[in-house]
Amino acid sequence: MESLIGLLVAVPLLGAALLLCGGRRLDGIGHVLGTVLSFASFGIGLALFADMLGKDPEQRGLHTTVLSWIPVEGFQADVGFQLDQLSMTFVLLITGVGSLIHMYSMGYMEHDERRRRFFGFLNLFLAAMLLLVIADNYLLLYVGWEGVGLASYLLIGFWQHKPSAATAAKKAFIVNRVGDVGLSVAIMLMFTTFGSFAFGPVLGAAGETSEGKLTAIGLMLLLAACGKSAQVPLQSWLGDAMEGPTPVSALIHAATMVTAGVYLIVRSGAIFNGAPDAQTAVVVVGAVTLLFGAIVGCAKDDIKKSLAGSTMSQIGYMVLAAGLGPIGYVFAIMHLVTHGFFKAGLFLGAGSVMHGMNDEVDMRKYGALRKHMPVTFWTFGLGYLAIIGMFPLSGFFSKDGIIEAAFAKGGTQGLILGAVTLLGAAITAFYMTRMMLMTFFGEKRWQPDAEGNEPHPHESPKSMTVPMILLAFGSVFAGGFFAVGDRFLKWLEPVTSHEHGDPAYGAGVISGAALACMAIGVVGAWLMYGRRTVPVVAPRGSLLTRAARRDLLQDDFNHVVLVKPGEYLTRGLVFLDHSVVDGVVNTTAATVGGLSSRARRMQNGFARSYAVSMFGGAAVLIAATLLMRAV
Amino acid sequence: MSTIYPVHSLWTVAQGSAPDFKAPDFEYGQMSPTLIVIGVAILGVLVEAFLPRRSRYWAQTVLAIAGLVAAFGAVIWLATDGYAAKEAGIVAVGAVAVDGPALFLQGTILLVSIVAVLTFAERRLDPQQHGRHVDSFAAQGSAVPGGEAEQAAVKAGFTTTEVYPLVMFAVSGMLLFPAANDLLTLFVALEVFSLPLYLLCALARRKRFMSQEAAVKYFLLGAFSSAFLLFGIALLYGYSGTVTYAGIADVVEGTKKTIDPALAGTMGNDALLLIGGAMILVGLLFKVGAVPFHMWTPDVYQGAPTPVTGFMAAATKVAAFGALLRLLYVVLPGMRWDWRPVMWGVAIATMILGAILAVTQTDVKRLLAYSSIAHAGFILAGVTAATPEGVSSVLFYLGAYSFVTLGAFAVVTLVRDAGGEATHLSKWAGLGRRSPLVAAVFAVFLLAFAGIPLTSGFSGKFAVFKAAADGGAMPLVVIGVISSAIAAFFYVRVIVLMFFSEPQADGPSVAVPSALTSTAIGIGVIVTLVLGLAPQYFLDLAGDAGVFVR
Repeated sequence: MESLIGLLVAVPLLGAALLLCGGRRLDGIGHVLGTVLSFASFGIGLALFADMLGKDPEQRGLHTTVLSWIPVEGFQADVGFQLDQLSMTFVLLITGVGSLIHMYSMGYMEHDERRRRFFGFLNLFLAAMLLLVIADNYLLLYVGWEGVGLASYLLIGFWQHKPSAATAAKKAFIVNRVGDVGLSVAIMLMFTTFGSFAFGPVLGAAGETSEGKLTAIGLMLLLAACGKSAQVPLQSWLGDAMEGPTPVSALIHAATMVTAGVYLIVRSGAIFNGAPDAQTAVVVVGAVTLLFGAIVGCAKDDIKKSLAGSTMSQIGYMVLAAGLGPIGYVFAIMHLVTHGFFKAGLFLGAGSVMHGMNDEVDMRKYGALRKHMPVTFWTFGLGYLAIIGMFPLSGFFSKDGIIEAAFAKGGTQGLILGAVTLLGAAITAFYMTRMMLMTFFGEKRWQPDAEGNEPHPHESPKSMTVPMILLAFGSVFAGGFFAVGDRFLKWLEPVTSHEHGDPAYGAGVISGAALACMAIGVVGAWLMYGRRTVPVVAPRGSLLTRAARRDLLQDDFNHVVLVKPGEYLTRGLVFLDHSVVDGVVNTTAATVGGLSSRARRMQNGFARSYAVSMFGGAAVLIAATLLMRAV
Repeated sequence: MSTIYPVHSLWTVAQGSAPDFKAPDFEYGQMSPTLIVIGVAILGVLVEAFLPRRSRYWAQTVLAIAGLVAAFGAVIWLATDGYAAKEAGIVAVGAVAVDGPALFLQGTILLVSIVAVLTFAERRLDPQQHGRHVDSFAAQGSAVPGGEAEQAAVKAGFTTTEVYPLVMFAVSGMLLFPAANDLLTLFVALEVFSLPLYLLCALARRKRFMSQEAAVKYFLLGAFSSAFLLFGIALLYGYSGTVTYAGIADVVEGTKKTIDPALAGTMGNDALLLIGGAMILVGLLFKVGAVPFHMWTPDVYQGAPTPVTGFMAAATKVAAFGALLRLLYVVLPGMRWDWRPVMWGVAIATMILGAILAVTQTDVKRLLAYSSIAHAGFILAGVTAATPEGVSSVLFYLGAYSFVTLGAFAVVTLVRDAGGEATHLSKWAGLGRRSPLVAAVFAVFLLAFAGIPLTSGFSGKFAVFKAAADGGAMPLVVIGVISSAIAAFFYVRVIVLMFFSEPQADGPSVAVPSALTSTAIGIGVIVTLVLGLAPQYFLDLAGDAGVFVR
């Protein structure tokens, strides 16, 4: 079975190579080829999964070394794969959801003339993301990490003719770079500390290492996770990333890539367990982002940007859970998987709505769509119920686990975290209900698009609705399936280790509180958007609303704190370059040139003066030789 | 080592009673590379004498290339038979050494000569004259430029096929030069390769006055330097009573105690040794074009027919540095502390002056001439290391450099306008737009000259600087790197000129060469890249060849 692991990556990579290098010949079948290869990868994942289930829980991990990558004395980097239960969970999520989104894209991108390239990029993303989760060392993980960054950049800017898309792609790339520096520094620290960057040696030796070093590595890993998973303070790129085609938003910027940070933290659990300060930082980042994203989600009128805020917020939940340590790891991953289902479903639903509404994204220009797009309405609705944590849908179980774990942290910290997660649940319910009401209920507020075409909402083709239906199934049943009999916990426990927290309040009390918060959010939203008519032009709003519309001033903050000083620094450096560096260089050049013109005069073309020069030279040479002996 | 001092014993023969004359043993097999080339040269003279004019070109070309290939085969045969290492020895009654450095250098000279002969034989670049293809050489060397005799010769479609035997004689001298094991053989070899070169320089088809001026200058200054060399030989004979390298070395090191009664007044006088050694150095430094004996280089390189310039710049340098190495490592190791500081000075002056003077050049051929001076300085840095690594690094550098040089001059022959080769740099502006391939190839050579990694120039420079640093000549390496930086400026400037300037309206055109020049340039590019990308095999080869026999 070990040999199959490499195929997981190789199959989509082959697809990317074929589609990107194959040229126009593949235009006709490119999308089918990409989708088939994606499903093939999913099939391989399922085969490996079946094999894994047949084994004893402690014996399920597979490991294989493919080749020795950088064999240097004292520096051994191998290309090795490791497939344990944690990786397996990701493999199934990535290939499963990925395949559905490939299928959806066949319909969504049908009229795009660069469709073949789009599927090539999608396959490239799959290969890189799979490499990220099955790498057996941090260096190879870094390759996958950069690979998904590249795919994300290419896909955000896929409609490169739009300046906004090109800018968004650049923004995502640059912000991610800040996080990537964190990961590379972490890898270097690991190498100096442990002499290796393979998971086995590093995580195995973490217990005997000083807390200071572990804290440094942990904080650097957190920086990396913040970049990739759009956590405060590196969250600013995710909203703009919605410029990419909607399937991309669903796959990369909701279900899979943005959760890589959570994977990194959970995978490095042994490091964080030994560094409480780093864990606290993780929890703080998660809690802040949880509220930040939720508030932004409430104010946005753009359906995709609102969902992007929601993604940020939900990943905040996961990061918070991962920061809680062994009591939270399993719930972080479980929420990650269920979120993968319902958020992908919600994005695909949003895409379906846009598809029917002339690519309009402003929810204020939707309304009353439930009759026109019944499948979309129902699948979106189930995703909505899942994300707000309605019993007994997926979100209820996974979010409940996190809230309980937060309270189980104990002390003031546990109380604050618990309160934050409950508050987050209320706000989630608010903004999701608002989205639901503005899109599918109320009266029509449809507006003609820029070319004056009236929208004629219609249900999307089968290739789009089938994936939405399948994802809706996941949204409904996955959580319950995982939670009943602690199935997911037992599955993941051998890898991540788990401690049962001891919540201060009974599980029933917490669940009840969560449901109550949800109800408050839903009712609040209904009072504001269900009972009253929604104005087509957004009202001015309160100060907080206006700030939230501007992403809580994150770009303004970055502009003042980072961009402006950076500009002054570069201006200073340019001045230094022009005056000092160039000055020195030009002076040197002028000196050499001057010497050269002067020395040229000796080369006057007369054999007699050449002979004199030779004679003089010989005299000097002989004199010098004699002088050397005399000295 | 042999106890016979051949030349010296000839002198005593005249005084004493006549002994039985014994024919010397002569190892024809081990001398075969040189002998083959001399034989072919003589055959070439016979071809000139007896074959009709029309069939000479092909006969001479085929003969020359076949002879050079055969001689190269002989070198390979000797090397694989172990004459480069454990079988190495002195042959021809003590006159010639057959050892690793000698065979390596002879092999290099022969390969370079094969490529050079290809450029000599090129007849597609100049426009046809009266319906005949012509090469770069004068229709009739003896005709006065612009005179009636010249016009008649041109009209008759004459070409100077004598260049082939001349080249072969020059090559035979070059083969002998780095293998010479006594000072008289050294001098004879020097003259054997210099005299044909003086003639070749004068034979340009276009700009004949300039060509003849170059030849006369080269001849006058060459004769001047030969005088130094010869006087140095006389002084060393007075010092040691012998002209063989090993014999002189014995006296320098003090292992030979007996004094020749006829030389009782001079033998062992260190002043003679120092002055004589320095004078021989002057003669050799002239040939390698080291400062302050470099001044002939730009004028001669510019005036000579470009294929000859390429041949001279590559092969002469290899031969002369080979002889210099043997002299310093075999004859004078005992006085290392005397010659090293002086050679330091020469190397520094050569590197810096070569690089600085090249900055303001406006003619491609002169630019390459100054570049060759700077490179001579870099090689001298390796020479001063005085270690086996120094020897092998110099051997490698010479091999790498000579192919780059040949290739670069071959490209120069392609860029032409109505007046022949367009060598003024302003004419090269925008060449990359019009002939991207030719410009790219020239850029590869320029990058190799500049020592940019992935080209042979980098491997070679790294080898000599490393050897010099290990040999304790760190200041030399620092100055070498600084002058490399200055040199990089004018190499890159040409690249910028070719690729980033607007082409001139009446700029030159690039002639389409025949397979001959294309092959020569192709070999140059391949060697440049192979020695840059995978130099290890050749570095090992040069490393194995780094020990002189004594």
